[in-house]
Amino acid sequence: MNPTASEKGGFYIGRARMGRRFWNRRMRLIVLTFLMFAVIFGVYLAGAVLGEEAIAADFSRKGLAPSWEHPFGTDMLGRDMLARTVKGLSVSILVGTVASGVSAVIALIVGVVAAMGISWLDHLMNWLIDLVMGIPHMVLLILISFSCGKGLRGVLAGVAVTHWTGLARLIRSEVFKIRSEQYVEVSKKLGHSGRWITIHHILPHMVPQFLIGLILLFPHAIMHESGLTFLGFGLPPEQPAIGIILSESMKYIAAGNWWLAFFPGLMLVMTVFLFDRLGENLKKILDPYSVHE
Amino acid sequence: MGIEAKNVSFRYSNREPWIFRNMNICVEEGERVGLTGPSGYGKSTLARLLAGYLKPTEGEILLDGGPLPKKGVSPIQLIYQHPEKAINPRWKMKKVLQESGMCRQEVMEALGIERDWLERYPRELSGGELQRFCVARSLFCETRFLLADEMSTMLDVITQAQIWNVMLKEIEGRRLGLLLITHNKELAKRVCSRVICLGYI
Repeated sequence: MNPTASEKGGFYIGRARMGRRFWNRRMRLIVLTFLMFAVIFGVYLAGAVLGEEAIAADFSRKGLAPSWEHPFGTDMLGRDMLARTVKGLSVSILVGTVASGVSAVIALIVGVVAAMGISWLDHLMNWLIDLVMGIPHMVLLILISFSCGKGLRGVLAGVAVTHWTGLARLIRSEVFKIRSEQYVEVSKKLGHSGRWITIHHILPHMVPQFLIGLILLFPHAIMHESGLTFLGFGLPPEQPAIGIILSESMKYIAAGNWWLAFFPGLMLVMTVFLFDRLGENLKKILDPYSVHE
Repeated sequence: MGIEAKNVSFRYSNREPWIFRNMNICVEEGERVGLTGPSGYGKSTLARLLAGYLKPTEGEILLDGGPLPKKGVSPIQLIYQHPEKAINPRWKMKKVLQESGMCRQEVMEALGIERDWLERYPRELSGGELQRFCVARSLFCETRFLLADEMSTMLDVITQAQIWNVMLKEIEGRRLGLLLITHNKELAKRVCSRVICLGYI
C-alpha cells in the first residue's frame, strides 16, 4: 500500500473520531446547562405559585424538628420552613437575576463607551465610576432603596445601580486591549465603521467577562438584599426572603433549633453554586478557547 | 500615480529618538519595490506610515498626489508578519474572508485554501495556512497597493514559493504596486524590480 495514502487515511479517521467526541461533550454540556437553568427556574416558579396559605401561621405545630410531614421543620410561628425557603429563594433568585443582569448591562455600556477613544467621554465615565465607588456601599444602597419606596422595587433598584463599577473597569481595559489589536486595525482599513467593529470584533470578546461578572454579582446581590432587609430598609418582614429567614433564625439557633438556619442556608449556597456552574458551562459553550481545554 | 513619502520623519513621542528623518520613497503603480535593511531601522514603521496606520511626525504621505483617505476602504493594504495576530481568534475563517468581501474562487484555489478550512477557527489552522487567508483578504478588488511586511518569513520555502507565485500573478494581472519588506535579499532580487537598502540612506 502506498504509505502516503495510508497516512492520509489515518489522518482522516483521527479527525472524525475527535469530531465525534467533541460533539458529544458539547451536547452533554448543553443538556446539563439546560437542566441547571430548569432547576433554578423551577424553584423560582414554585415560589411564585405557592400561595400564602402554605406559609400560614399555625401555633399547634410550632418549632417542630424536621420530619416527613415538614422536611425542613417549622418555625416558632408554626410555619412550614420548606415552603418559606422555596418562597424566599424565589425572591432571592428574582432579585439576584434582575439586579445583576441590569448591573452587568450598565457595566458593559459604560465600559465600551469609556473605551471608544474619545478622551472626555473616558474621563466622564471614570469620574462616574469613582463617584459610585467612593460612596460607602451600604449608605448608597439604603439611600436608593429608601427613595424608591423600599420593598422589592427599592431593593432591586438599589442593588442594580450600585454593583456595576468593578465590572465596568474590567470591560473598559479589555476593550482598550482589543482596540489595539492588529485585526481591528486591518478591519478599519477594510472600510468598516466603528460601530461595525464594536459589534463584530469587540462585543464577542466581552462575552466571557460579561458572564463571569454576572455570576460574581449574583451572590453579592443576594447578600446586599438580605443586608438591606436586615437593617429594615429592604423587603418587608412578612415577606419570606432568605435574608429575613436567616436573621430570624439567629435568635433560635442557641436554643438548638438548628434546622431554621441549616436548610435555608444550604439551599441558598446550592442556588449560588448552581448559578456558578451555569455560568461556567455557558462560558465553555460560547468561548472557543475554553472549549478545547 | 503611486504612493509617495515626502521628507518623512518619524518618532513615537517627543522624548523618543528619531526612527528616521527626511525619508523619501515612492512606489509607482505596477512597480515592485523591495526594502531591506538591518533590524530596528524602521522598515515596519515605514510600512505602517505608508498604509496610514501611523501619522508622520514631519513630512507627508501622498497617494496619487493627494492625502491618504482617512475613512472607508483603503486602497493600500498591509500584510503583517504574524497572521495569528491579524485574525480575530473568535471568528471562523469564512467570516475573515467575508469581512473584506474577498471570495474569488481562483485566488482561493491558487493559494491552496481548502473548503473545510472555512468552517474552522484560527486556532485550528497553522501559521502558513493563516497567512494564506491574510493574503487572500488583502487581494480584494479595491486594493491598488500591497505592503508585505516580512509576509513570508515564517513559512517553509515551498509555501513561500506558492504564495509568491499567486501574488506575482495578481500583481501583474491587476498592475498593483508592491512594497516588499524582507531580510531575504535573494527573495527581494527575485520578486522586485528595484531594491532599496535602508542602511545606506
